[in-house]
Amino acid sequence: MSDATVWIVIVALGAGTYLIRFSFLGLIGSRPMPALVLKLLRYTAVAIFPGIVAPLVLTPAATGGAFDPARGLAAAITLGVGLATRNMLAAIGAGAASLYTFLWLLG
Amino acid sequence: MAGSTQKSAFREGVLLGLPFTLVIVPFGMLFGVVATEAGLDLWATMGFSALVIAGAAQFTALSLMGEGAQTWLVVLTALAVNLRMAMYSAALVPHLGQAPLWKRACVSYLMVDQTYAAATAAYEPRDGMPLDAKLALFFGVATPIVPLWYVSTLAGALLGSGVPEAWALDFALPLTFIAMLGPMLRTLAHLGAAFVSIVLSLAFAGLPAGVGLLLAAMAAMAAGAAIETWQERAA
Repeated sequence: MSDATVWIVIVALGAGTYLIRFSFLGLIGSRPMPALVLKLLRYTAVAIFPGIVAPLVLTPAATGGAFDPARGLAAAITLGVGLATRNMLAAIGAGAASLYTFLWLLG
Repeated sequence: MAGSTQKSAFREGVLLGLPFTLVIVPFGMLFGVVATEAGLDLWATMGFSALVIAGAAQFTALSLMGEGAQTWLVVLTALAVNLRMAMYSAALVPHLGQAPLWKRACVSYLMVDQTYAAATAAYEPRDGMPLDAKLALFFGVATPIVPLWYVSTLAGALLGSGVPEAWALDFALPLTFIAMLGPMLRTLAHLGAAFVSIVLSLAFAGLPAGVGLLLAAMAAMAAGAAIETWQERAA
């Protein structure tokens, strides 16, 4: 891909992403949101993150799409610690530590 | 008086944002390394992190460009990955919708997964929090996060392909999202939404990149809202 094409992607993606971010906050502003919309929005994060993560955990690109026990175990431990402690930082620490441990043990 | 409330809200925001630097740094570095390895020069790599500031979309664009996808398809797919931010934008309206336009424009630029998640988590338990304090808290959260995103991208780009594969930086993204997710699974409705999202994103894996995720996310949000409604009626 040429330099010019790369910059077209960067500028178009940057502008489009900004418009998405600005959409409701900038344009709809202070109008009150319907109750149903607010209810749906409560589940935004829990609706998107698992969908991004599931394929990455089950078919990681680093291993050519084959399930990797070290990465799978690290993912399970990260989730378990996050659920148990309700602490994101503890979860990421446990996840990173277990990933390196399992990569070393199983690699 | 108002000034000191703002200052303490800003400081609280910085403290809420600080833990995320532990994930921003490896993630930003990873992007710098991967982009450089894919053949992007330093300016293009930095252009991505400064203009787009959305790791998942940046990686999506990079991998599609690597596959030789059409330019419009690269942009469209990466934008689809970012559509979740329309929901963040909407979710912030009840909190920040009364702010002056230029401040809402600044908030929009700084709206990323981490600033949105930390700020709304801080707003929700406090109904009476004044607008100025909410804004100060948001900018506080962004202060350690966004500049570090640029700096760590730069560091990764300069390191280039010198990062050993044994660091397994590829797994920084999934671990980050999972770590953010665990503490959010507070209720049956949240669990149900997460379950629907996983099942459908895997079922839709054959669709063009980004499309399956969008469909799965919309169904998962509906599932969460439906379970909540059902529980209200049962109670």
